[in-house]
Amino acid sequence: MSPPGASYSAAAEVAAFRQRRSRWQRGWIELRKAPPSALLGLAIIAFYLVLALFAPWIAPHGEAEIFAQPFAPWGEEHRLGTDQIGRDILSRLIYGARNTIGIALATTLLAFLIGGSLGLAAAIGRGWLDQLLSRGVDVLMAIPSLIFALMLLSIFGSSAASLILIIATLDATRVFRLTRAVALDVAVMDYVEAARLRGEGLGWVMRREILPNIMPPLVAEFGLRFCFVFLTIASLSFLGVGIQPPTADWGSMVRENAQLIQFAQYDLRAAVTPLIPAAAIALLTVGVNFVVDWFLQKTSGIRDEH
Amino acid sequence: MHPVLLTVLKRLGLGLVTLFFVSIIIFSSINLLPGNFGEAVLGQAATEETVAAFREELGLDQPAVIRYIEWTGALAQGDLGTSFSGRAASGIDRSRPVLELIAPRLQNTLLLAALSAIIAVPLALFLGITAALWRGSWYDKSASAATLTTISFPEFFVAYILILLLSSLWPVFPSLASVEPGMPLGERIHTSLLPALTLTLVIVAHMMRMTRAAIINLLASPYIEMARLKGESPSRIVLHHALPNAWAPIATVIAFNLAYLVVGVVVVEVVFVYPGVGQLMVDAVSSRDIPVVQACALFFAATYILLNLTADIIGIVTNPRLLHPR
Repeated sequence: MSPPGASYSAAAEVAAFRQRRSRWQRGWIELRKAPPSALLGLAIIAFYLVLALFAPWIAPHGEAEIFAQPFAPWGEEHRLGTDQIGRDILSRLIYGARNTIGIALATTLLAFLIGGSLGLAAAIGRGWLDQLLSRGVDVLMAIPSLIFALMLLSIFGSSAASLILIIATLDATRVFRLTRAVALDVAVMDYVEAARLRGEGLGWVMRREILPNIMPPLVAEFGLRFCFVFLTIASLSFLGVGIQPPTADWGSMVRENAQLIQFAQYDLRAAVTPLIPAAAIALLTVGVNFVVDWFLQKTSGIRDEH
Repeated sequence: MHPVLLTVLKRLGLGLVTLFFVSIIIFSSINLLPGNFGEAVLGQAATEETVAAFREELGLDQPAVIRYIEWTGALAQGDLGTSFSGRAASGIDRSRPVLELIAPRLQNTLLLAALSAIIAVPLALFLGITAALWRGSWYDKSASAATLTTISFPEFFVAYILILLLSSLWPVFPSLASVEPGMPLGERIHTSLLPALTLTLVIVAHMMRMTRAAIINLLASPYIEMARLKGESPSRIVLHHALPNAWAPIATVIAFNLAYLVVGVVVVEVVFVYPGVGQLMVDAVSSRDIPVVQACALFFAATYILLNLTADIIGIVTNPRLLHPR
């Protein structure tokens, strides 16, 4: 019973009942329902991000600090030993998180910026623009991207900037295809037509009408594309034409210390050292894949089984 | 004309057009070089005459269209140009023709790819079909988990794990696949088995998953339901009813993965110091030896296009709806 004098307001109660949960609350509820694999993936990603952001405070030594003893064994001073010219491997591993992930992230973002906007424009504009871009992408995709990247790197030389630009351009082709495919379905919807008839410009239609409705596949693709870019950059660095020394990077670290594997019978820990950066690459890829799987299942309800 | 033949011809034409554009891209890469690359190749001490002679040899004084026609003409006759390395500022030219560099390695790379394919394709088909047959079992689940992890591994990680286990801890195979010309076949296979195994592990995962998915996808269709209601055994349903219709997607995936081998081969060759085209290309990229890079890129791109073309054609030819039009 409501106290006398105060009038009961049904509207107030309904309004109170309908108070929306905040973004964080909803996120937290989703997180508690997430499968263990997704939680593991999130934990891995968070761990890598902390390493990448706070590398200078976490790493025991400097990125390119050289100590007297090359190929030092695991010990107190150097937890994972030193590399071929006496740099602390643990520190380089931690700095490597920053460089490798940073460059991969910048590349993926750039690829989405180029591929996404062109794909949207092609889907809305159709006509000659669509034809031109689609055929161009077909040709670019006919060359394996690692080979194409190698060829372009031989021309422009290996630097972080050219690496980002080249791989972003090559990966933008994949993003373009996906964006165009999903945006084509949305672009014929009535509300897009209505916005056009209202006289909204191309930019508005792209940003406010189509983009919000094609976000889920694009977000999933962002995760997978990031993995792919990350592996490509690691492979290129491993081949010696990617990120250049003295910048620490996981791909080149594997190669620099690979000879240690030959001594597995004498010192197993030393032999495992070159595998650690490679394992770091694999672990991040697995983590991102777990999260993307969870996201895809949530947003599209895709099931493997019948 | 039969509709299948027409579709195949169309697809072939499209492949040729793609190859044409790809060759243009690869050809024009040399135009993107900075203007002073003659000095970069010949060294600081190069005189103006040697640089000019070098530029003339490359034909940089002629329009691009003419150079492209000459380049493809030479290509058709098997002339891939001469390497940039071995040239000196004094004008002494010890450079070798690119064909001479690439030809012996081509054989090695194709052998490695063929060896991996011979191991990987039957293995992936077997794993995929059995996993589809016993789907949901522990066998299926562990196969799925194992393949998911290998997909996430970079090639060199798989390669070094194999080296650590099979060459360093238990020396069964050599860690350096130093294949030499006059080697007997058995020994050659033994030395290149470790790189082939690496490539196999990398591509088996995807092929197996897609084979499994293609068959499971078909198991939901009405005619399978019919066969099941007739009381046929699960293995007969999978092998006699589902598999024939799954060939097209499976063939596509196999060809796609063989095309992926082309990329994987580069990294694996470098890990095992295998004398193949991939390693040659990486070395040429480091030394910015453009003619060699171009030739390698053309080889890889052409193989890639060819394999994708084959996949598409197999897909067209085995499609019952196209084979028996109404």
